[in-house]
Amino acid sequence: MESLFTLGRHAVAGLRTLVVLTLLLGLAYPLVVTGVAQAAFDWRASGSLVTADGERTTSYDDAVGSALIGQGSDGPEWFHPRPSAAGDGWDPLATGGSNLGPESPDLVATIEERRAAVAEEEGVAPAQVPADALTASASGLDPHVSPAYAMLQVPRVARANGLAEEEVRDLVEAHTDDRTLGFLGEPRVDVLALNIALAGLRD
Amino acid sequence: MSSTLPALLQVAALGLLLALTVPPLARYLAHVYSSPRHLAGERLVYRLAGVDPGADQHWRTYLTSVLGFSLVGVLALYAFGRLQQHLPLSLGMSALPADGAFNTAVSFVTNTNWQWYSGEAALGHLMQMSGLTVQNFVSAAVGMAVAVALARGLARTSAEGRVGNFWVDLVRGVVRVLLPISVVGAVVLVALGVVQNFDAPHLVGTLADGSQSLTGGPVASQEVIKELGTNGGGFYNANSAHPFENPNALSNLFEIYLILLVPLAMALAFGRIVGDRRQGRAVLAVMSILLVASIGLLTWAEMAAPGSAPGAAGAAMEGKEVRFGEAGSALFAAATTGTSTGAVNAMHDSLTAPGGLVTLFNMLLGEIAPGGVGSGLYGMLMLAAVTVFLSGLMVGRTPEWLGKKIGQREMTLVALYVLATPAVVLVGAALAISLDAGLAGQQESGPHGLSEVLYAVASAGNNNGSAFAGLMTGTPFYNTLLGLCMLAGRFLPIVFVLALAGRFATQQRVPSGAGTLPTHKPLFVVLLTGVALVVVGLTFVPVLALAPIAEALQ
Repeated sequence: MESLFTLGRHAVAGLRTLVVLTLLLGLAYPLVVTGVAQAAFDWRASGSLVTADGERTTSYDDAVGSALIGQGSDGPEWFHPRPSAAGDGWDPLATGGSNLGPESPDLVATIEERRAAVAEEEGVAPAQVPADALTASASGLDPHVSPAYAMLQVPRVARANGLAEEEVRDLVEAHTDDRTLGFLGEPRVDVLALNIALAGLRD
Repeated sequence: MSSTLPALLQVAALGLLLALTVPPLARYLAHVYSSPRHLAGERLVYRLAGVDPGADQHWRTYLTSVLGFSLVGVLALYAFGRLQQHLPLSLGMSALPADGAFNTAVSFVTNTNWQWYSGEAALGHLMQMSGLTVQNFVSAAVGMAVAVALARGLARTSAEGRVGNFWVDLVRGVVRVLLPISVVGAVVLVALGVVQNFDAPHLVGTLADGSQSLTGGPVASQEVIKELGTNGGGFYNANSAHPFENPNALSNLFEIYLILLVPLAMALAFGRIVGDRRQGRAVLAVMSILLVASIGLLTWAEMAAPGSAPGAAGAAMEGKEVRFGEAGSALFAAATTGTSTGAVNAMHDSLTAPGGLVTLFNMLLGEIAPGGVGSGLYGMLMLAAVTVFLSGLMVGRTPEWLGKKIGQREMTLVALYVLATPAVVLVGAALAISLDAGLAGQQESGPHGLSEVLYAVASAGNNNGSAFAGLMTGTPFYNTLLGLCMLAGRFLPIVFVLALAGRFATQQRVPSGAGTLPTHKPLFVVLLTGVALVVVGLTFVPVLALAPIAEALQ
């Protein structure tokens, strides 16, 4: 009984501490960070939004998406991103991966289906399809594909848009980023930026 | 897709960053927890809270303060979750269910940050920043406080069981350590692309004539303490794989750095607090050996891509992001499970079988390499006590550690500590695979299904919070079971640690003799590493053989 009373006394002190710390950590801190972030880096703090012309914007109304967030682009005239397990695909309200394990028969079957489908669409041998085209990303919002997958799509994209392959290949090369500082991360192609540039070429 | 040289270079870059910053932070930490002076702002907090910062608490009082503060934290967060629909910035989210609110409240107060919910679909901004973010800070500071109390117990003599003042340790950990680093870190993250705003989801028309809801929020301010405090609860369901939480390879390296910074610095701070810096370096060496081994194994496993699905795809890219690749994902996975963080930048359920085994093993090790902020240090120190005791048995005398005798009462507390979390994990896992409600959640049958259950309970019991997320855990059964595992896995060990701190603080210091095992030499580093591996090995080999090992051999 007495120990319960003692615990209660400490809990009251705990409650008062928690209230004070909540004002500091739960209100003042995020508000200060938001203020600094919006003042110094307003484009990034607002979600790195881009317009159809590839210009930076902080207005959702002018945006076609975020430079950081992958989006679906199914038609043959577009470069395709990786498979997405976020909701029905590319849904930022339901992010995540498939969570299928390395021995999952479902996953193996899905990979084989994707391999056949990509090979057929791009008109290449199934063995040529790179791994990132066959696997769902962790977030379901992966904005990148490997340079190999982007290059694989060049002939089909060029054909569908009535462009020369050479021209489209140059575009992919211009949008290929190497590892940051030469060793961090992986070589990659930003699909939205590439498609925005492609649309510019088409017009 | 990853190649070996860049993979090695990124580990080297991380090692360099840590080598440059851990020692000064350790010096600062030791100062923070031993300085007699209070800052003006801190005095104000003590006055508002009605606590006496001058009191030197007996270990029982210290424990009661820890429990009282944590109890209030659970109740407040539970109420927050149940009432969030009435609060500003709720984004139209409804109340969490009772079992879910209980699970989340316990999860964030115990520094586990297990997430049964999907952040973008279940929580309003105020719940995230004023409920969860606050516990991200204070649960980390509680862990640091308990570790410091144990170090003080070893450092003091004839102190009648007094181990310091919890409220002072808590407030200083927050105000002098976690908050300043977080403010700077949050701005760095925004500069790298992490969002920081209060926007509700906005529908935009996409380039290919579709539509997509973009989800803003106060993400950077939560992301930084999520890593720094080894918490791990993501703002979004995809956690640090989400481009708004972790936009590029630089932010990835920075977040891994934040995860490891304080746990490693606590080891060196320990040496300073007990007045022998070599002791801290020995603990740091053991942590580093285990951490480097797990980084190496995980990176090898993910790059070699063994298994059916990785083989079919040609690389282990399921559940990974192109910008991080296998190496950047493996390094994050090793850091997040070697500490009790549990943030993920790749879906652990889809790791290769040996890679998944390493993450599971890291958690079962008890989160000591380098472990959670504070909890990693006290976990490692308890195993150090086991090591000293075993060595004492070999030469047939009562062992002493830093001049403190490890007699029967001390060893009983250590043994209870060592048994507590494994008991929680094994009993919890046994329950989950014995009951229909537990089996119902498995996404896959066979060894991988068992791995999913074992991973969930191990994650909860060891306060990690990462998941093999194929397991459907948002059910009343799992919310309750895992909530109880988190509570027991956090507070039982804390009881034993503080009791031991009190015992040590009561003792005189005995001079070391010819039979004393020096606890700062390479021999001790080797022994302690061995003890850590043997203790967890003997406890968990049977279940590991049935789950990930069986899967790897398929």
